[in-house]
Amino acid sequence: MSERATLGGGGHIAAGGGLTVPGFRVARSRRLHLYVLIVSVIVVAVLASVPMWAQVGTSRTMITLFGLVALAQMWNLLGGYAGLISVGQQAFIGIGAYGLWFLADRLNIHPFVAVIGAAALAALIALPIAPLLFRLRGGYFAIGTWVFAEIMRIIVSNIQATGGGSGTTIMSAAGIPFETRIPGTYWIGLTVAVGSILIVYFLLRSKVGLGLTAIRDDDLAAQSSGVNIFRSKLIVFVVAAFGCGAMGAVVSLNLLFIQPSASFSINWTAFAIFMVVIGGFGSIEGPLIGAVIFFALQQSLSQHGSTYMLLLGAIAVVMATKAPRGIWGWVVQRWDLHLFPVRRGLVIEAPPERAEPAPPESASA
Amino acid sequence: MNWVNIVLQGILLGGLYALFALGLALVFGVMRLVNLAHGDLGILAGFIALALVQSAHLPLVWSSIITIVLMFGIGYVLQRGLLNFTLGTDDTRPIVVTFGLSIIIQNGLLVAFSADSRGLDAGALENASIRISNQIAVGWYPLLVFVVAIVSIATVQLFLNQTKLGKAFRATSDDREAAELVGIDNRHIYALAMAVALVTVAIGGIALAIRTTFDPSTGPFNLIFAFEAVIMGGMGSLWGTLLGGVVLGVSQVVGAQAFGTGWGILCGHAVFLLVLALRPSGFFARTVTA
Repeated sequence: MSERATLGGGGHIAAGGGLTVPGFRVARSRRLHLYVLIVSVIVVAVLASVPMWAQVGTSRTMITLFGLVALAQMWNLLGGYAGLISVGQQAFIGIGAYGLWFLADRLNIHPFVAVIGAAALAALIALPIAPLLFRLRGGYFAIGTWVFAEIMRIIVSNIQATGGGSGTTIMSAAGIPFETRIPGTYWIGLTVAVGSILIVYFLLRSKVGLGLTAIRDDDLAAQSSGVNIFRSKLIVFVVAAFGCGAMGAVVSLNLLFIQPSASFSINWTAFAIFMVVIGGFGSIEGPLIGAVIFFALQQSLSQHGSTYMLLLGAIAVVMATKAPRGIWGWVVQRWDLHLFPVRRGLVIEAPPERAEPAPPESASA
Repeated sequence: MNWVNIVLQGILLGGLYALFALGLALVFGVMRLVNLAHGDLGILAGFIALALVQSAHLPLVWSSIITIVLMFGIGYVLQRGLLNFTLGTDDTRPIVVTFGLSIIIQNGLLVAFSADSRGLDAGALENASIRISNQIAVGWYPLLVFVVAIVSIATVQLFLNQTKLGKAFRATSDDREAAELVGIDNRHIYALAMAVALVTVAIGGIALAIRTTFDPSTGPFNLIFAFEAVIMGGMGSLWGTLLGGVVLGVSQVVGAQAFGTGWGILCGHAVFLLVLALRPSGFFARTVTA
């Protein structure tokens, strides 16, 4: 899983001395990634057209999938890249849900616009809480996030205006005509899902992503090389809060009804962990695969309630102990396949068999 | 409304939280494992005791003893057969596995016992109280739980300080490679530590089951309260968990009295966050953790 080369810039480096070293450069994109891009654009375009030809039920089911994709990406960003295992992301999902209700029903902002506001609210609340939680490490950090989610749930349950524990209907969203509401929610959901992938992608390609890789491999060495661990983790935590907030708002827009016990449910974390563990930690592809598998399981088995959850827990435990790399980790191990160019790799430009004493053309440039 | 009485109740409630916190702190101290299923294992013990009373018609004392012995065995097997394999890899795996375990226990109990609230009946003991003055009365049962908590902490502390096995626990905690070099079998030590932790959590679970009603979803709350007691008390200090538990108990009871029942738990959380902000190493920080 480690980077094969992390030489900055990607320029040509000539080999000094008498050694014959073929020319090489550090690159991220390959030809494969062009094809991936083309296929991705086609897939997103086809997905975007769904509300125009499919039944309403299909659109609404797909919105559930989009929510799961965003949740899996955000949880993996925290756990798989920043080493922040959270069991409290439901805090931000709930803030997104109730933020949507507050902005739309109370402040009369259009529900579609309020989704952004609700996500921003989640990020805003994450900002001061993060430094406090960062004082805890590993498993204690995890429980700390859970405490925070509990605090949010209790506060919302105790406020009478929100309908308390029995929940409330998002009236402004329910008032939008059916023909507008379903496609609108669908496209927002698709945007959130695709956006969550793009955010992770660009974050990983940025300086923050490089820092995160360094922290993951050796945090002491990273720190002494000038990586600001606190800042990197803070950015990731706030971004994940934003993503989960947007996801919570979309799910609520789809269901039109919110309730503290559902919005702030620990089950969201169980789902997130399941998706990422099945698909594979520390990649963009893994959580995506995990989300699709989980979605299929949920559609076919969720009516079994406790037995279904029991099964999810058991699969997660078995996978985490027996196959901790997940499905995508297995693919990477077998074929060294990476669909998203977030890693830097060494590209050998001249074959090393060439035995001439003079270094190859490209290397002397 | 008598504040002395209320604070006293809070202190005694803290004993129950300390019982849950003790096992969490012990396991973390010995093997740096945070067991997210800790609270659920306590509730599991409550249900086992309940099943023994209701189905096998055993007296409460005997069913409690059998439950505690069973939990010792469950702890050993769980650590040896599953959790040992998650240690020494990365931070992620133990968290994911113990969280998965928590989901399994909760939903397993739901399937076996349904979501109904249950309680263990301890007869007259539950309501008997000692009258200290006209306004101050202390319940026998909360007092008993508090004493059990103190005895449990003292026993574990004595065991760690005085016995040869306790020395092995501490050696493994300090340096697992060096401990192995001098002939300590870490896998066995870890399994014993989990077994001892589950004995304490079983005592806590039974104490909770007598004190109040419980259902399969109660577990996470016990984990959270235990965690807050551990962090406030200071990681690495067993007596600290008692102080942490007492601070949490008093905050909750006083908060519930002052702002209404719905806000009591929240006051406990608020005090925890305050301690985390002002004194992140807790009241009695002993060991610096990596």
